Amino acid sequence: MSFKIKSNEKENIGIIKVDGEVDMFSSPNLRDKLLPLFEKGVKGVIVDLSGVSFMDSSGIATLVEGLQWSKKDNKQFVLTGLGANVLNALALTKLDSVFNIQANANDAYKTLLNI
Amino acid sequence: MIRVENLVKRYGNIVASNNLNCHFEKGKVTVILGGSGSGKSTLLRQLTGLEQADSGAVYFDGVNLTGLSKKKLYVLRKKMGMLFQGSALFNYLNIFENIAFPLREHTKIADNIIKTIVTMKLEMVGLRGTENLMPSQLSGGMMKRVGLARAIVMDPKIIFYDEPTSGLDPISTGVIDKLIRDLNKTLNITTVVVSHDIESCFRIADNIIILFYGDIIASGTAQEIRNSKDPRVKQFINGDPEGPIPFTRTSKNYLDEILID
Repeated sequence: MSFKIKSNEKENIGIIKVDGEVDMFSSPNLRDKLLPLFEKGVKGVIVDLSGVSFMDSSGIATLVEGLQWSKKDNKQFVLTGLGANVLNALALTKLDSVFNIQANANDAYKTLLNI
Repeated sequence: MIRVENLVKRYGNIVASNNLNCHFEKGKVTVILGGSGSGKSTLLRQLTGLEQADSGAVYFDGVNLTGLSKKKLYVLRKKMGMLFQGSALFNYLNIFENIAFPLREHTKIADNIIKTIVTMKLEMVGLRGTENLMPSQLSGGMMKRVGLARAIVMDPKIIFYDEPTSGLDPISTGVIDKLIRDLNKTLNITTVVVSHDIESCFRIADNIIILFYGDIIASGTAQEIRNSKDPRVKQFINGDPEGPIPFTRTSKNYLDEILID
């Protein structure tokens, strides 16, 4: 499945929608979308993974880096729409408990608006 | 995952792979058993495309490796992990750089991401904290585990182990066996192990293939092999010095060779 990524910003909240397989070759694209949002100083970033069919170690590591950036600047970082495959990949690396995981991007957006 | 059809490989008069037909199931651990010179390593090298067969085919996910260009093989090998017999770590690189090597070679992943991936893989093999050590500072068992971390660093679909427990003490052997099994189960990696360690084989194998001088003399589930009535299989798994598998390889009569000029 091909990889697609879209990023937009509303009310100082960045939303990244990822579709397809996040692997060693596509994950740098995710990093390229995350970095400018944190550099710009948005108050939170939501990564919508509902369209992700597969995520490898590099994808997980990229999300970890996003989490590190958010913690450094005291920003919000939320993952949404995780399928069983992504959840398994997080559990395997014992990282499922460190992320803020929400069911869907809309609800996560509403929550961040009120922070 | 891998299907071998009518595979033939000869070195001079020696037939290392004699018209082999076998299958390596997706998500399973298959152990290729056999004595020295039985053709195990030759088969492994052909499965990974490191060596070309004289004839026959090796299908990896439907793609025939035999006759594939080096460039296409290079791309395909990104899906393969390999733990070499001697671990094959780079002596001049520390543990971190040894594990990071395939990522630096094959991808454009940023250094921070590489650091996180290496940490995750070291956690999986229980060696976090050794990043700055040199290979010479590790025991044989630890070196194998570092080799294993490097083998899985690219998240391979299949991993090949060449004699993973040879030269290890019983505890280190048990640790490696458990890691092989755990990684197979948790990462769902198709696993091919070349070994002559019977105990280790029965601990980890779903399926077993036994080679004898280039022929497959038995294949089946671990249970089927354990219950086999074939005297050659029984001799091999019991380690009997006497039996249908001869001690010497040559068919030439000993006295003829000594006495005839």
